[in-house]
Parts: sequence; C-alpha cells; structure tokens
Amino acid sequence: MAKTKQIIELDEVVVKFAGDSGDGMQLTGSQFSDTSAYVGNDLSTFPDYPSEIRAPQGTIAGVSGFQVHIGHKEVSTPGDMADVLVAMNPAALKANLKWVKPGATIIIDIDNFDNKYYKKAGYIEDPLHDGSLEGFNVVKAPISNLTRATVSEFGIDKQTADKIRNQFVAGILYWLFDRDLKIGENFIAKKFEKKPDLIKPNIAVLHAGFNYAETVEAMTVKFQVHPASKGKGLFRNINGNQATAWGLLAASERSGRKLFLGSYPITPATEILQELTKMKNLDCITFQAEDEIAGITSAIGAAFAGRLAATSTSGPGLALKGEAIGLAVITELPLVIVNVQRGGPSTGLPTKTEQSDLFQAVYGRNGECPVVVLAASTSANSFNFAYQAAKIALEHMTPVILLTDGYLANGSELWPIPDVNSLPEINPPMVEDNDPDYQPYKRDSEKLARKWAIPGQEGLRHRIGGLEKEDITGLVSHDPANHEVMILNREEKVERVANFIPKLDVFGQKSGDLLVIGWGGTYGALYMAVKELQEEGYSISLAQFNYINPLPKNTKDVFHNYKKLIVCELNLGQFASYLRSKHPQFDYLQYNKVQGLPFFISELKNKFKELLKDI
Amino acid sequence: MSFELAAPIVTPQDFNIDYPVKWCPGCGGHAVLSAIKKALPNAGVKKENIVFVSGIGCSSRFPYYINTYGFHSLHGRAPAIASGIKIANPDLSVWIVTGDGDSMAIGGNHFIHILRRNLDVNIILFNNKIYGLTKGQYSPTTPIGSITKTSPDGTIENPFLPGELAMGAQGTFFARVVDTDPKMMTEVFTKAAEHKGTSLVEVYQNCVIFNNKVHEDITGKEVREEHQIYLEHGKPMIFGKKRDKGIIQAGSKLVVVTIGENGIREDDILVHDAHSHDDTRHYMLSRMTLPDYPMAMGVIRKWKTYVYEDMLYDQIKVAKEKTNIKSVNDLLQSGNTFKVEE
Repeated sequence: MAKTKQIIELDEVVVKFAGDSGDGMQLTGSQFSDTSAYVGNDLSTFPDYPSEIRAPQGTIAGVSGFQVHIGHKEVSTPGDMADVLVAMNPAALKANLKWVKPGATIIIDIDNFDNKYYKKAGYIEDPLHDGSLEGFNVVKAPISNLTRATVSEFGIDKQTADKIRNQFVAGILYWLFDRDLKIGENFIAKKFEKKPDLIKPNIAVLHAGFNYAETVEAMTVKFQVHPASKGKGLFRNINGNQATAWGLLAASERSGRKLFLGSYPITPATEILQELTKMKNLDCITFQAEDEIAGITSAIGAAFAGRLAATSTSGPGLALKGEAIGLAVITELPLVIVNVQRGGPSTGLPTKTEQSDLFQAVYGRNGECPVVVLAASTSANSFNFAYQAAKIALEHMTPVILLTDGYLANGSELWPIPDVNSLPEINPPMVEDNDPDYQPYKRDSEKLARKWAIPGQEGLRHRIGGLEKEDITGLVSHDPANHEVMILNREEKVERVANFIPKLDVFGQKSGDLLVIGWGGTYGALYMAVKELQEEGYSISLAQFNYINPLPKNTKDVFHNYKKLIVCELNLGQFASYLRSKHPQFDYLQYNKVQGLPFFISELKNKFKELLKDI
Repeated sequence: MSFELAAPIVTPQDFNIDYPVKWCPGCGGHAVLSAIKKALPNAGVKKENIVFVSGIGCSSRFPYYINTYGFHSLHGRAPAIASGIKIANPDLSVWIVTGDGDSMAIGGNHFIHILRRNLDVNIILFNNKIYGLTKGQYSPTTPIGSITKTSPDGTIENPFLPGELAMGAQGTFFARVVDTDPKMMTEVFTKAAEHKGTSLVEVYQNCVIFNNKVHEDITGKEVREEHQIYLEHGKPMIFGKKRDKGIIQAGSKLVVVTIGENGIREDDILVHDAHSHDDTRHYMLSRMTLPDYPMAMGVIRKWKTYVYEDMLYDQIKVAKEKTNIKSVNDLLQSGNTFKVEE
C-alpha cells in the first residue's frame, strides 16, 4: 500500500551527489540534470572531482561530487548549499556535510557505514550516533545490498553490480522529485547503446530505487519544482568546454576558414580537443601535438596557411606558449588561444577553478606584446565569446586569448540553441591573387589589420618571421625608428578593437551606492547576490567584464556613477590592479578568494551589505 | 580545336630575390642555397606552392634569401610550424631549414616527432657542429673534447649523430651531403623532394668563422674520394680514388675491403638497398665514421610508407560520408535537446 505523500513545492533545489571516484556520481548527476531539463526546469551543474583518477576507495581524497541546481525560478549558479545530499560512504558525508543546508535530506548508503569505512574516512566516532547529523532528515538506504539483490537474476558479478548502485540513487531521486521513470529509462538506453547487456540491469535498479523510496517510512516528503519560464524554443544542457569548441566551429563555418586546433592534453581544457577531434565531418582538424609549444606553433603554421587556427590549454600550458604568442603578435596572424584557468602557480590545483591567469594573459610575454583578451562569463556564453574571439582574430589579424575557467568549463547550464546564420558575419581580410598593391605589412586604415595572403596564392609570395619587419614592405629591419613605428602600430591595432566591441552594460541602476565589478566566470554568483540585494531594496549594481583588453570604451563613464566600487575576483586582485593602471582616478575596493572554489552567493551578500551599511 | 596551356616552367632564377644574402663570405650556406634553387624546379610544383620554414640560427635565415612563401619562426619550432602548414594544406611543398643547435638541442622534441609522424615535408639540416649566430659555443653535434667558448677545457658531452636519431625516430628518408659538392646536393635535394614522407638531408656545412674546416677530413680535395662513399640505391658500395674499395658485411659488422685483395671480388661488395623497411643496415651505414670507415653520403634510407596527412584526409572523407551532421546548426540541434512550448 502506498503511503500518503506530502508534496512541497519549491522554487529551487540543490542536490549534491557524492561518492568514490568510481561510483558513477557524475553520471547520476548528469542523468538527474537532463531529466530536470526535460521537464522544463532551469538548471546549473558543477562536477567536483579529485585530480587522482581512482584515489583509494573510501577516503576523503577519493570523493567525487556532482552538484545540480534546478529551479522554477532563474538559476545562475550550481548553488551554495545543498538541499539534498547523497553520500555513498562516510568519506563522502564527511567531505560534504559543511556544504549542506540545515534540515536538508541526506541519503546515505548504509551498507558502507561501518567501522572499516569510518576509519578510512578519518572518523573517530560513528557519525550516525555522534550527534553531527542532528536536525537533518537522514535516509539510511541499503543501496549496495538492494542493488546486488536486484541484479542477481542477470548473472552479473559483484563488481559490475556495484557500478549500478548509482541507478538506485537515481531511482530514489526520481521518486523524491516526482519524475517520470520513462525519462530515466530512455537515458539509460541511450547511455548503454554500445553495451546493451547493461540496459536491463540498470533499468531494474532504477525501478528498485524508486520502489524503495515509495515504501520506506523515512521518506515522507516529495519535492515539486515546476518548469521555469525561460521562453519557448529548443534548449540543451551544455558545459563551457563544449560551448567553446562549438563556438569555434560556428566561427569557422561563418568565416569560411576551416578550423585547425593544435593542442596538448591538459586539465581542465582537454575536453575542447576531444570535442573538436570528433568534428572532422565539419572540416575541423585537430592535431595532438608533442607538447604545448608544438600545439600553438602548429596552429600558427595553420594560420599562415589560411585556416582559422586555435590552441587550447590551461595556466601552465599558457606559460609554455608565451614565446609563440609573441611570434603570432609580430607576424600579425589570426590565432585563438583558449586558456581554461585552474588553480596555480605551477601544477597547483589542476581540477579546481581560479582566475589567476589574468596578468599572464595580458602581460606574460617578452617585449611590447599586446594581445586581445576576452573572458567568457557563463558556461553557455563560452560559445559566444569563442565565436567573438575568432571574429576579432580573423578580422583584426591578431592573436586573441580567451579566458574561461574550470568552473565554466565543467559546469553546465540550459542553453537556448541559437541559429548560427543569425550570428554576426566574419570577414577576414583576404587578398586577391596577383594583387599588384599587396605588401605584407600594409594596413587598412580602420582596423590597422594587414592583409592575409596565403601560400598557394599566385603573385603574393612573401616572407614573415620573428625578426622585426619594415613597415609596409615586411622586409627585415633593424632600424630604430621603424621598430618604434611597428611597436606603436601593433599596440594601436589592439586598442582599436575597442571600436568594434559592445559598450559595458550594467545590471541594475545606472548610478547608485555600490557597483560590483567582476570579470569572467564569477558572473553567476555576483549576479545572483546583486539581484537578491536589489530585491531587498539596496542600491547596488553589477558590471561584469567580458572584454579585458582592450576595455570597453565607456568603462570610466560607468564607474563615475557610483559611490563605491568593489572588484570581486578569484585571485589576489589582478583585475583590480589592471583597472588601477588603466583608470587610476577611482578607488577600487577588493573582495578576493583563492581557495580553488567559486564564490558563494551568501559570502558575497554579506560583504556587500557590510559596505552598503557605511554609505 | 582546343588549346592546352603549358604548365609554367619553373627555373632556378624564379627563386632569386632582391634582398642581400647576409651569410659570411665563404659560408657553406651559399652553396646549399644555390643547390636548392637548382633542385626546386625538379620538384614538379608551382613556385607559389613552395614554403620554406626555419627556426633560429644562421641557417634559419634561409627563407629570407629565397623567393617563395617563407616563415622564419622560433628557435627549434620549425617542424611544428611546418606540420601546421602541411596539415592545413597538403598541396604545399614544405621545406624546413634548420641547424644542429636548432634541431638537435632546443628543437629535439619536435624533430623526432615530425619524423615519427612522417608528414610529407623536407628537412635540410645544416650541420656545422657549432653555434654560429651566438659566436662559437659547442652544439649537440660537436665532437667530444672540442675546445669552444663554452668548453675551454674541451666538451665532455657525447655528440648526436643526426642519422642515428632519424633511425631511432622511425624516419623514412635520411641522406647526407657535403656543401662542397653542388652536384651531389642538387641530386639529393631532388630525391628528398620526390620522397613521399619526411625527408631529412644532413648537410656537412662549413662555418668559416667559428669552426672553419671542421669537415676538412671528409671534404678536403686530397682525401674526399677515400673518406666519402656516395651511396646509390641498387649500386655496389664502392669508393676510393681507384674505385677499388668497398663495404662488405662480416658477421654483425660492416668492413672496408679492397677489391682484388684477400680474394675479394666486386661481386662480394654489398649492394645498397635504400628502400628496405628494415633500417638495420641504414643505421650501420649512417654510423660509419673515420678513420675506420668512409663517411656515407647520398641517400642512405628511403622507405615508402603511410604519410600522416594522407591518412588524416582519408579520415575526414570517411567522416563526411558517414555523418548526418552537415552544418553547425545540425550539430547544435543533435543529441539531447529539450523543446519548451511555453
């Protein structure tokens, strides 16, 4: 007999899945977010995984997590604190308990809560009885044993059976959020298309989890999150790396220049290479180079030969590419360099997010070496900024560095699919064969871009290289005055990009007490914090920068209109220093965090309220 | 009646450039440049399809001295730049000009990987066994014990033999020439251009300022016929002023013999098989050094096998045939999408 259910309607819910690296929490997380997208919720996800592939089972180091934030209202971050935590073992519980809201539902696999696992997780006392879980709704589900029992009829070994435990968890969640099991079945069928033997056992376990939740006394409440009103149309769930890769493809199609990506695997940027290597059908070539340097230099070669060329990397790789970026600057070839930032210095925190490569991107080269620097601010708009980076590179004949970060790269959100043909045109400065006026360093008067003559074209043979060149003719020149002319040309060419980018827009009132200034991937948290304070009646606005170099032309006009400015970033204040150098007339307050974690909305609100009190 | 337009005839003069060659007078580079200009018309490509790429060093100024598309790039990185060019447009004839410092030291990694991948490009390696542009420091090919500006007490490093590296990296074409023999250079550069795959030609080149006569033992008028053996596929390995010396294999070793002595007849002399897959003998030939052996010149190895960009473009062709995704719009709308009707 089905028990009576109490249904609670919520505007938003945060679910955190946590277990061993091999427990399939990432899969369950994606399954749950896809299901939510299917029923129309807004959503944002963030996987949180260790840098070891399979750290010792049951230890804190081995805990892998996936956070999903779904909403009837607008969702812009994966959420600060979880409403529901799934902990597959004591280590997962221990590592995540501080990120759980009071009164939250905690679902544990009770089969893994014994002395052996307590010891591995570093518990001295049994957490189920030491009072630390007081005030939470703890569901002690025998996930392992019930999964094994369910799949016994399929003749599956214990190891394979244990890999299906995640579907038991999914089943519980489907019940808890009143989701149609059919969606889960379809997800499984698609996921295991190539291993059809596993489809039936997975579906059976999904049902077992659902039935367990339906029956067990401990679960009395169901949550209902109604569809969000995102407008109609076709949506998909997309993460930042995929969006970046696809943005480059779109730019390739629109510019008519085939895409070449030269790259070397590095966390958290590797997925861009993996994604694009599947796109040979769209004339995209990827080259997995022998190192970071060959990644970028092969791309420079491809750019010389007329392709839309790109390289993808993370902080340590960008350091290795520095010399080659200089070559692209002096040869004035189009090139997109994607840097998915992670915690540094050195190897640092490879799987964690940070914004500490801003100085490296803007300044990190020998000589006067200006490049355009852009930053994506959401997982989905990584598509637009990859597109924009390619457009600027191609039309202005310059390398462009696109900064994303681990948080945007791995996090996903619901994205209204655009029509590629409605994106702005891209017109590279090609030159006709045998053009008698062609000279390698002759520039157009508007952008100062030189023409792009490519090998194979008749009547345009010329030579470029890392040695300084004579203005217009492109012959090698060591002339002091010419060197300065060329330095200034390259500098001004990048500065003039400001004439072709949108003005800085502000979220909120155009003047007021406090302007929050952010850049790149902190947008979601800053936006939500500012929005909530606006709703509480505060005079607070947000300016999020996507264009770092050059800055939007109206930057100082925007800054003038507020009593206080605070620059928030996940580093020690690199953008604040940069703004001080560009617009020294303002007083910039700072809020910084360097923990490998994104901002939490709550900490931002506290800080902003404190500042607003004194105005 | 129909007319056929004759393919434009390319001549060495087509590659002349109105720009001064700034190598030192007497530098071996001049002869190499001239031989390359003579070889290029034999390559069968139009002059606009030729690209020269170089790294850093004296030799790497080469692209400025020849009228083709050219890219003077970064120290050691020419193979990677050239890979990008060739992959982007396989119709181009791509030439890498490098030196012993550029390719064996700072660019060692790119050097071995381009050979391993076997892209259809040509590498001309100027080996003068010294750093010239920085004025006289030892290089990775400088003989052990040499006194240079950075080895006042003699080098204590074992030198690389580029041929050994080429074989170790599964190179498919390795040849050696001397800068004093224009005919040999033109012939070998032409063969390098014809080879489908990465060709490496090591040029024993003289640095008149910092390492003058470093190859004199090999190239000197008095000794060259005794100290060089010019290898040609299908021909016996015979050398010497009197053409009476030859190479045989005894056990696992190559041995120099004199025809007519100890019962050795011309038939006993090894016939050069440059085209064999097995590179064991190519390796042995490339390792022959004075005074026990003559130095092997000419095409030592030329093996025809799969080429990187051919396989890549085959994969692209197959991918295009198999897919339903013909545009980025198709891609964006593929897989898991969610329709919201409002």
